[in-house]
Amino acid sequence: MATVSSKAASVVFDHVTKVYGKDVVAVNDVSLTIAPGKLVTLLGPSGCGKTTTLRMIAGLEMATKGRILIGDKDVTTLPATDRDVSMVFQSYALFPHMTVLENVSYGLKFSGFSKAETLERANAGLSLVGLDGYGGRLPSELSGGQQQRVAVARALVLEPQVLLFDEPLSNLDAKLRRHVREEIREIQQNLGLTVVYVTHDQEEALAVSDEIVVMKNAAIAQIGRPRELYDAPADTFVADFIGEANLVECQIVAVEGDMAEIEVGGIRHRLPSRGLRPGKAMLALRPSRIRVTEDEGLAAAVEKVTYVGPRMEYTFAGDFGQLFAVSDDVDAPLKVGDAIRIGLAASGPVLVPDA
Amino acid sequence: MLIFWIVAGWVGFALLPWYGVEDFWFLEWVTDGWPTDSDYAPGAFLLGQGEKPWLWPLVPALLAPLLVLQRRKTDPVFAYVLLAAGGFGFAWLVAQGLGIGIRGWTADWLTALFGPLEDRQYGMGYGALIVASAFLFLFTQGIAARGAINGDVFVTGAIGGVIAVVTIFVFFPIAKMLVAAFITEEGGYSVVLFFSKFFDARIWGLGCLTGTRCGVAWNSLFLAVLVGVLTTLLGLVFALVLTRSGFRLKRELRAITVLPIITPPFVIGLAIILLFGLSGAVTTWVADLIGVRPTRWVYGLPGILIAQLLAFTPIAFLVLIGVVEGVSPSMEEAAQTLRATRWQTFRTVSLPLMRPGLANAFLLGFIESMADFGNPLVLGGNYDVLSTEIFFAIVGAQYDQGRAAILSMVLLGFTLAAFYLQRFWLGRKSYTTVTGKGDAGVHPEMPRGLAIPVYIIAALWGTFTLIIYGMILYGSVVQLWGVDNTLTFKHYITAFEIRLEDGGIRWIGSAWDSFWTTMMIATVAAPLTAAVGLITAYLLTRQDFAGKRSFEFGTMLSFAIPGTVIGVSYILAFNVPPIEITGTGLILVISFIFRNMPVGVRAGIASMSQLDRSLDESSLTLGANSWQTFRRVILPLLRPAILAALVYSFVRAMTAISAVIFLVSARYDMATSYIIGRVENNDYGLAIAYSTTLIFVMLAAVGLLQLLVGRTQIGRRLAHEQGGG
Repeated sequence: MATVSSKAASVVFDHVTKVYGKDVVAVNDVSLTIAPGKLVTLLGPSGCGKTTTLRMIAGLEMATKGRILIGDKDVTTLPATDRDVSMVFQSYALFPHMTVLENVSYGLKFSGFSKAETLERANAGLSLVGLDGYGGRLPSELSGGQQQRVAVARALVLEPQVLLFDEPLSNLDAKLRRHVREEIREIQQNLGLTVVYVTHDQEEALAVSDEIVVMKNAAIAQIGRPRELYDAPADTFVADFIGEANLVECQIVAVEGDMAEIEVGGIRHRLPSRGLRPGKAMLALRPSRIRVTEDEGLAAAVEKVTYVGPRMEYTFAGDFGQLFAVSDDVDAPLKVGDAIRIGLAASGPVLVPDA
Repeated sequence: MLIFWIVAGWVGFALLPWYGVEDFWFLEWVTDGWPTDSDYAPGAFLLGQGEKPWLWPLVPALLAPLLVLQRRKTDPVFAYVLLAAGGFGFAWLVAQGLGIGIRGWTADWLTALFGPLEDRQYGMGYGALIVASAFLFLFTQGIAARGAINGDVFVTGAIGGVIAVVTIFVFFPIAKMLVAAFITEEGGYSVVLFFSKFFDARIWGLGCLTGTRCGVAWNSLFLAVLVGVLTTLLGLVFALVLTRSGFRLKRELRAITVLPIITPPFVIGLAIILLFGLSGAVTTWVADLIGVRPTRWVYGLPGILIAQLLAFTPIAFLVLIGVVEGVSPSMEEAAQTLRATRWQTFRTVSLPLMRPGLANAFLLGFIESMADFGNPLVLGGNYDVLSTEIFFAIVGAQYDQGRAAILSMVLLGFTLAAFYLQRFWLGRKSYTTVTGKGDAGVHPEMPRGLAIPVYIIAALWGTFTLIIYGMILYGSVVQLWGVDNTLTFKHYITAFEIRLEDGGIRWIGSAWDSFWTTMMIATVAAPLTAAVGLITAYLLTRQDFAGKRSFEFGTMLSFAIPGTVIGVSYILAFNVPPIEITGTGLILVISFIFRNMPVGVRAGIASMSQLDRSLDESSLTLGANSWQTFRRVILPLLRPAILAALVYSFVRAMTAISAVIFLVSARYDMATSYIIGRVENNDYGLAIAYSTTLIFVMLAAVGLLQLLVGRTQIGRRLAHEQGGG
């Protein structure tokens, strides 16, 4: 019985630039190393160049400048057909005129496998994604989630050096999304695949990735493990994009060692300086880390209250501007107009450079 | 691929007859002196015998690619050698073909330069053809190796191939025709003569304003504008009845309106003679009724106009129904919710969105009318038009190629002007209303004030069409129309008699020859047309390359060129070496391919733009190359477009007359030109019987094609329901 295994390889971008037409720069001088067997997410708002980066790994777009290496082999000018990479498309791109089994066998046919082996491998792929017995159906006879799994199986059975996902969950409903993303992560871990995954959903990225590459305006804004990005964003863009941090202007009054003392809205607070010098800076406050206290803290008023089921969402207004906060206490919610004080917890608030 | 084309080049050069051989496929030449007889000798043997020394430069061009066989594709030398060998070989082949003809050098300056040439050459044959293809594809492989289009051999080859055939079979003949307009009877060139012929009063005279006759150019223009406007209106009427009314018999109405498409164009002209001619049913009845002598009133503008309206309204209808259906119902529903009445909605939203359809329908009616040859010939009387005038300039006693060329230029000028006017009128506005999103609305019905006249016109015209077809059927089974109305199968028997003798079938009916020729040529031409059209459409929608716009223009050009012009230019271009194919079946096949290709291109583009690009891309990332992707993913999904292209080109090959009439020969006579011949001899019965048979044959063929091509099995759910768990 054939099984699906992996030939995971690394991906290296060496100062890669992609220009469309004459002067539309989609990817600007990106350098990047993806280690074998890791799941790396390209995250960013639409138009940031993440999909172009992915398509350059696939060989569907050719880099204008720079080198691309897959498993230490220079593939910069190699077209998609000749690269050992497969891709799961946002629309799945299942061939509508072929059955599920024909779809999954499609790539195997061009890889020089015998008929028997093609069939065996395709069936192994289908059973890996839990679709045994669905081989004879047409894609149109499957549900969205099943189509998605066929697309994954079709890419997996080729045992590619790198497996690419282009927003694979965007066509699924919210409930299915969590389930499928866990499945993808599980298969990736079990087989030790190198996976590059594009998404614009930060929660999805945090959930599945070994490492996240945040992109902005055709360049890399920050690379790091999920926790690093969340707890130590490099700039206000990353802080805002990952975890919707509230950004509040503050003043660093003194730096001692690696601790800084800041002043914001008339109160003082001590926290890690992260290499910043005294002067203006930004304080990133996660919505879930905002504590409402009775006595000390920033004075604010409750401006908006929204009940969303498992938690409450609030907008507080004060001298510092507006803050978005969430609270698990749905039994005794605050009311619009309540005067409150916001305390800064010892861990949670992070300093970021003033952009 | 490289090895294949190198081998092909050598086979073409060393084994196959270099020059054209009649009845090549009977293979008599193999035993008849080949390979040494200089008529049948391959290029290599000609050189070996010391003949045709101008073929020597091809040898190094054929040898060079052998040197790089072992090299890697990425090696710059590989690309360079292929480019040089292929490019030089192809260019030299073309140059020697154009430079040396039946009488040695083809131009005086060549004689002056190289001295007189004792030798001569005839049209190229299969050997030369294959060598030329080999050079072309070696060249495109060189381009691919240089990295163009991601180094894709299939795509560069396809682009090169399409450019080469379009240049040879569209641009070259047209250019040849333009040159012919300047040639004097003595063979020199004269601009003065050109102008004197061009400004002839027979072309541009305005006598009809003062009581005499107008020039043919004005006649044609007037007729074409009239036909264009009226067919568009009638087409719109039928499209509205089918889409915006509660009419019950929609299927039947659709069938009636489409019937004329599978009718040879002038058959309708014949039916009109049967009805309105001197001894026509209606004419005699009306004459008896009001007590005047029957006249030949229908011959001239009225007759041509009626016949062309009947013949070309279906084309306008087919264009308009797509557009009228395509106007998104939600646009109209939006207008209605914004408090527009039905009439206001129609006038301010529906009609403006139909503009591209109206423009296209007019353009098609205009071009078809300009190019129509059969109806003016049958019904024209004294109303001369360009297409018939061109025919008589070539075929008649005057035999004046220059005049035919000039008239063709006028005709081409009109159609191209119409083409550009249309583009100008449509401008840059977007009329796209069909998006990928589901659109569940319903088209509103027509406003009352519009519905009543539309119904009346549709009813009248529908009845009229039915009567005409009744006439055609009836006319084929009477002894002699208007004189002896006894029923008989005589005409069918004369045309299609079969006798079983000596255990074999003898086809003794007079029509069998032309019938089998037509079937054969239509069967060969249809798949080739579809193939060239779809590959072109694939290149235009799926690939990006320099010069794509002009490439598209070139492939669509032959659509704007009337068939009569194609016919004349083919005679002028392919009657002499290097490509000498007049009088063969090949020239008919080729003329059909390039005349009907644009429809294949359009149909292909329309369906390919509905296929998401991610399908190709996923195939590519799964390891298929672009040819495998084209064959396994795109082609199977294009079945409707393939069917449309096949049916259209088959039907056109069976019914076309305008280009065909110039290109037929005694050996390769087509059904339509045979029928026209019978009509000229006043043998209406046989002509109509033959035409009726053709109509039924085409119906059967269309049905058969539908079975063969089959349906694509795609669930519609795919596009719309990806969310469901």
